[in-house]
Amino acid sequence: MSSTSTRAGRTGAPFSRRIAPRAGHGFVAAYVVLLIVFGVVPTVYAIYFAFTNAGNRFTGLSNFTAAAADFRFIPAVEHVALYLVFWLAALVVFVVGLALLLHRLAVRGVSRSLRFLYYIPGALAGAASVMVWLFLLDPTVSPIGFLLRALGYDTFGQLIAPGHLAVLFTCIAFWTGAGGWIVVMYGALNNISTDILEAARIDGAGPWRTARQIEIPLLRKWIVYMVILAFAGGTQLFVEPQLLSQASNGVAGRDYSLNQLSYDFAFQNNNVNGAAAISVELMLIGLIVAAVFVARSRFFDAD
Amino acid sequence: MTAKVRAVSAKRSGKGRRRAGLLAAGGALALAAVTACGGGTSTGSAAPQQGFTEAPQAGGALTVWVDSTRLAAAQLYHKEHPSVKMTIVTYDGDANGSNYLQTKVDLFDRTGSGWPDVVFSTQNNEVSWAVPAAFTAPLNKGLIPQSTLAGWATGANNPCLVNGTLYCLRNDLAQTVLWYNSALMKRWGYQVPATWEQYEALGQKVAAQHPGYLVGSAGDTFTPEIFMWASKCGANQITGAKKVTVNTTSANCTRMASLLDTLIKDKTMSTSSVFSSDFDKNDAGKILMLPGPAWYGGALFQGTFKTPKGQIAVAPMPQWSGDSAPSVGNVGGGTWLLSAHSKNLKAATAFLTWVTTSNDYQAKVAPGYPAYAAAAKIWLANQASSGYYTGDITAPLQAAANQVWPGWGYGQFSQEAIWASTVTPGLNAGKAIVSMLPAWQKAIVNYASSDGYQVKQ
Repeated sequence: MSSTSTRAGRTGAPFSRRIAPRAGHGFVAAYVVLLIVFGVVPTVYAIYFAFTNAGNRFTGLSNFTAAAADFRFIPAVEHVALYLVFWLAALVVFVVGLALLLHRLAVRGVSRSLRFLYYIPGALAGAASVMVWLFLLDPTVSPIGFLLRALGYDTFGQLIAPGHLAVLFTCIAFWTGAGGWIVVMYGALNNISTDILEAARIDGAGPWRTARQIEIPLLRKWIVYMVILAFAGGTQLFVEPQLLSQASNGVAGRDYSLNQLSYDFAFQNNNVNGAAAISVELMLIGLIVAAVFVARSRFFDAD
Repeated sequence: MTAKVRAVSAKRSGKGRRRAGLLAAGGALALAAVTACGGGTSTGSAAPQQGFTEAPQAGGALTVWVDSTRLAAAQLYHKEHPSVKMTIVTYDGDANGSNYLQTKVDLFDRTGSGWPDVVFSTQNNEVSWAVPAAFTAPLNKGLIPQSTLAGWATGANNPCLVNGTLYCLRNDLAQTVLWYNSALMKRWGYQVPATWEQYEALGQKVAAQHPGYLVGSAGDTFTPEIFMWASKCGANQITGAKKVTVNTTSANCTRMASLLDTLIKDKTMSTSSVFSSDFDKNDAGKILMLPGPAWYGGALFQGTFKTPKGQIAVAPMPQWSGDSAPSVGNVGGGTWLLSAHSKNLKAATAFLTWVTTSNDYQAKVAPGYPAYAAAAKIWLANQASSGYYTGDITAPLQAAANQVWPGWGYGQFSQEAIWASTVTPGLNAGKAIVSMLPAWQKAIVNYASSDGYQVKQ
């Protein structure tokens, strides 16, 4: 027994030293293949489409100007911008707030079940959780119908008025997406050394002051990370308005976001090149905003 | 909500034009089946007389795409023809302008495979993109004999015609009529209105005498097709392959818009979709009259509202007094398309012929008014003998099939989707339709232009 294990150990050491980097590469390779097939190639393909026409001729920026001149483009930009304001504000304020609250509760042990509760909606597949909202928003069948009627909305049609959409989509997106971030923030808060918190307490800092001057500054990188990803996700708003549009027979949510417009270009107007131009614009916006945030927050600086 | 949406898509299927005449072609049915089944066995290469280049005829399973309502048709065919290998796929039927089929065909064109052999669509404007995309096969160039094609109600296949070539077959007609509750009308001593003026006056009377009851609904995406189309409003005059004339502010449009506004204000005209959950809950039992397509009878009253038998009757659509020729609107009416890429043209054509003309499906099972005249005759007789309706439903439906106003065309852009996103939100916010007519026009112009249409205003 021992001899076998010794032999295994003896041969094992050089073996693992020889193999380890290879195993590492193997693991990474699987991801790299997927990244290339489903990330890099489509991106390059889209960029190629964006600068060519249906006859594969280089057309410069004409796809971009044509897309921007479409009557749906400016309204879509406005919609997405308004949605981002609501969505990012809600995300930062409530996610950080709830995470801090959870962390406080941790001592009392309620937080574990709450964390699970917050996370449940995120575990539902995206489209399915939006469908749940379509029920919630119809005063006739909604479990919170009494609340909607009290607010003066008797029909689904009244509730999905064009002016309400940004807020509605924010509610849906927050409900489906925030749970995961709350858990991430909670984990980040757990990483804050208890020494620091204890020192703060000894110095007489209350919960509010601790949160504002110690916890939130230490969470900064996670918040920036969240904002970058949420911004990129938010500019690509698609599922919520698309499903709402189908559920309302096109009354609300049609051509609402840039991504929907891109989809319409590709499949309704048979203009894949214009669609690609919009998707390249979305990518650029996401990259630029990420760069600004990374630079301003010194995201990659070592502590 | 979802269930309702599904219901809408499933039920959108009637439509009508011209006459349900030419009933003489009863025998053509049997003939058609025989010719289709025994027809030319072209295996491979081009058959120029058919007007397109065939794909190599490799055979294999027949792929059929249908919506949930037409699933019964495909399944019945499979049951009656067990030797035909079939792959039946259900999709949304392109209801409410969903574009699903076009989206998929576009992707199949890129990958070079995957096209279904036969497709049902609840839309009758599919050829506007499917012909340029070379997806649909011409049907009157040899695939389906002229004797069979002659059996359709006059003009029923107009949405399928491009420069004299037929690219799809009409499944059902959806001419609009005036559905009403004859029991209530009798009890309250009301006359069925023959003119829109009488209709409006009756609506105002109901508002005063029986508040809560409805004389119609203007909350659906197809509201313009029921009311504006019937009123000869020139919002959708397709004048050429890529040409449209749009005028939503003519007297023909404003008279109907202000009628709707008056009745909406009186609360006798609902602004909820007839398929919405709140209509089902609050209004379904309070319908005195409901102008709508032929398929309202089976799909809406019998199916969704479960109105007891012996109450619902059909009258001709009201007309504007002083108008010389009666005109009605039309809501949908599905079409069947045959793929030009089919590797199984013989089997596909046989199925297509059966599903559009056979009594087994069209006359006995189909929920909508069959576009194939011989089947329609038996279908009407079956409806009448079911005892569900009171009075004669055959005469008004047959007459209306001839009266669909031909000035409303079938463009690539969805008039329903445009109305839904432009006018309906305003209606929900309490705005008058008359005040939204210019915005409606602007939206139609915008969408038509983005589809490459030359727009005249």
